[in-house]
Amino acid sequence: MDIRKPIPTNGGDWNTKFGETWKAQTAKLRDKFAGAIEEIRMPVEYPTDVPVIYVKKDQIIDVLGFLKSEAGFEYNFLSDITATDEEADPRFEVVYNLLSHTLKCRIRLKVRVKDGEEVPTACALWTAANWQERETFDMFGIKFKGHPDLRRILMDERWVGHPLRKDYPLRGYQVFTEPMAAKPELLD
Amino acid sequence: MSKDGSLGYLTTRLDAVIDWGRKNSMWPLPYGTSCCGIEMMATLAADYDMARFGAEAIRFSPRQADLLIVAGIINLKMAPILKTVYDQMAEPKFVISMGACASSGGIFNVYSVLQGIDTMIPVDIYVPGCPPSPEGLMHAVLKLQDKVARHDTHAHRRIAAAAGKLIANPQRTQGA
Amino acid sequence: MADPTGTNYSLPSGIDIHHGAHHDPDDLWEDSRVIVNVGPTHPAMHGALRMVARLNGETIENSYCEFGYTHRAKEKLGENRSYHNYIVYTDRLNYCSALANNVAYAMAVEKLMGIEVPERAVWIRMACAEIARVIDHLICVGINAVDIGAFSFFLYGFHQREEAYTLIEKLCGARLTTSYTRIGGLMADAPEGWEKELKAWVNKTRKTLDEMDRLLTGNKIWHQRTVGVGTFNKEQCLRYSYTGPNARAAGIDIDLRRDQPYMYYKNVEFDVPIAQNGDVFDRYAVRMEEIRQSLNILAQIADKMKKGPIWTEDKRVRIPDKEVVHNTMEGLIHHFKFFMTGFEVPEGEAYSAIEATNGELGFYIVSKGGPRAHRMRIRGPSVYHYAGLTEMTNGEKIADMVAALGSINIIAGELDR
Repeated sequence: MDIRKPIPTNGGDWNTKFGETWKAQTAKLRDKFAGAIEEIRMPVEYPTDVPVIYVKKDQIIDVLGFLKSEAGFEYNFLSDITATDEEADPRFEVVYNLLSHTLKCRIRLKVRVKDGEEVPTACALWTAANWQERETFDMFGIKFKGHPDLRRILMDERWVGHPLRKDYPLRGYQVFTEPMAAKPELLD
Repeated sequence: MSKDGSLGYLTTRLDAVIDWGRKNSMWPLPYGTSCCGIEMMATLAADYDMARFGAEAIRFSPRQADLLIVAGIINLKMAPILKTVYDQMAEPKFVISMGACASSGGIFNVYSVLQGIDTMIPVDIYVPGCPPSPEGLMHAVLKLQDKVARHDTHAHRRIAAAAGKLIANPQRTQGA
Repeated sequence: MADPTGTNYSLPSGIDIHHGAHHDPDDLWEDSRVIVNVGPTHPAMHGALRMVARLNGETIENSYCEFGYTHRAKEKLGENRSYHNYIVYTDRLNYCSALANNVAYAMAVEKLMGIEVPERAVWIRMACAEIARVIDHLICVGINAVDIGAFSFFLYGFHQREEAYTLIEKLCGARLTTSYTRIGGLMADAPEGWEKELKAWVNKTRKTLDEMDRLLTGNKIWHQRTVGVGTFNKEQCLRYSYTGPNARAAGIDIDLRRDQPYMYYKNVEFDVPIAQNGDVFDRYAVRMEEIRQSLNILAQIADKMKKGPIWTEDKRVRIPDKEVVHNTMEGLIHHFKFFMTGFEVPEGEAYSAIEATNGELGFYIVSKGGPRAHRMRIRGPSVYHYAGLTEMTNGEKIADMVAALGSINIIAGELDR
């Protein structure tokens, strides 16, 4: 028994409610972005709660923009941008979770990216992406091309290493004796 | 000075009066970072009123406070700032480390957390709990008041060391 | 160096007051620009937040915000602790409403495992989430009022919070960090008569809320301090992914309880308050009305709750009772394996979001089989709200920044994780 069992009390029945919508949406996406989409994992075949669309990193912004504005998709709300360290090749997967305010359903996009490669930034579509991409950079070291201000956000700016990578130890302390200075140049 | 090295009667009475004043009008600096901060707010609010014991005038400026209550997690990013705030306080200053996170890092033995503020600043009272209930914090403040009355805090030892003299009537009791 | 008031003075040479920033000698207000560090230790900052602002007199021209001073690496801990152990870490997310985080996490893991929770447990979880909503809103509007200067308003609300603590203590023994839910159910049943006490608390809180309303809602001073301050309209809120009362104050009509219903929210009646302008007053009003709606939901739950089991009997997640553990071999081994290894969650990934007090609290859990998560991502709403503070306060006075910050309800535990 796993995620495929539809349980209404914890939102496990999304496939019953949105299965048809998702099938239509993924079919349309496959038509429009045939070259950009690597793989689509649908809920019942794979152990996932929403369709997961793997997009090539160069076209991710086009796909996100299409999902945001096109009628029938309308995924106008960015829930989350994060990443996972897969310890395979390519190493990271950047994950975008989207919600549609009008259709009330969710979808997930993933971009596979190697260590050292850059992903185009989604700041033009949602300003919320600004800090989320900074956090993904801080925690994983994934750089975002075109980001206005890519620097560390959660950790101290002098921190060395990216904590959420699998090779970073849980107890890798780095002690500082001076507080982080204010940066007036950021205000200009 | 008496033959056994302790100070005379009048000066010990004066010390007692000064410390009586100190303990009954402790001005806390609530250094609340996380969950313990909410329980500290509960202690200062109407139900568990800290004002009953004199610690009502909270002052967020270190220059004006004498009791630093570190309530919550202290990060490696925050640690130098805590040290700066502690250094800016004027003597005599007392520190209560409230909660498990401040005392020892708590349940967070991770890369970003300072494993106990006593690695950086001298602590007078540790309050266990996650978070300690307001009664726990009040017990800590009362115990601190007893310690001040007995001249048994780090602040007193520093002052005595700076003056190069013995502490008047050091009555350190067991297990307190 | 001349100054606009005409009094001649000059600084000793060698002192640079411009800190290397742009220096325009023709600018009339050049010398009245001050860079202020509203540092991590500050009475008006909720938790340890830092804002560096350039002020022109009292007006904020530009600012940037920093956080991370309470980062406790919960996401890394999610990869190193078993799913059962992780429950205690979820309390410390939004610590003003700890029960809601517990509920959200338990739902996320149950979704991954395909576990159905018994009915009474779902009702009690709903009650927990709504009590958490009420007490967090009471703190938020209370602290907002304290920052603006109205202190006794906070004390009224805080007393009701203490009474709620008594209710929560009856459930699980703890006031603040509850760790009440378990995967598949709850730690312990609500004691006899808890529903009646819940209803009594609901009635008392309604009356207290009326008193609090009389203090501030029609108050002219409150209006002057909060109407038109810290405005964030609908388009800005959508750009910054605002959720919860902050978004609803701007007119965004989304409430996950109604739109992506989970637990038994379809079986209770409640309204979702929406405001228009998105200023501090609207956020205050939306929160006060949400407290009332939550109290209605709680009264309905108290009536609808029936007796029954509170933990699923699914052997993967059910810790055996002590009689079974001490008297049977299988129980002993099951208990041992449960706590030494942790139960295994089948492979899969899920993003499970609930309408927590502050907005959409989401857990994105990726499991590759095994007793520990591969990735435990916590989508805390406060991060998105704090990101908008710069845009919200540009051009406002610094005192208005304090009001705006209090109204968006930043909880450091959720912000930094």
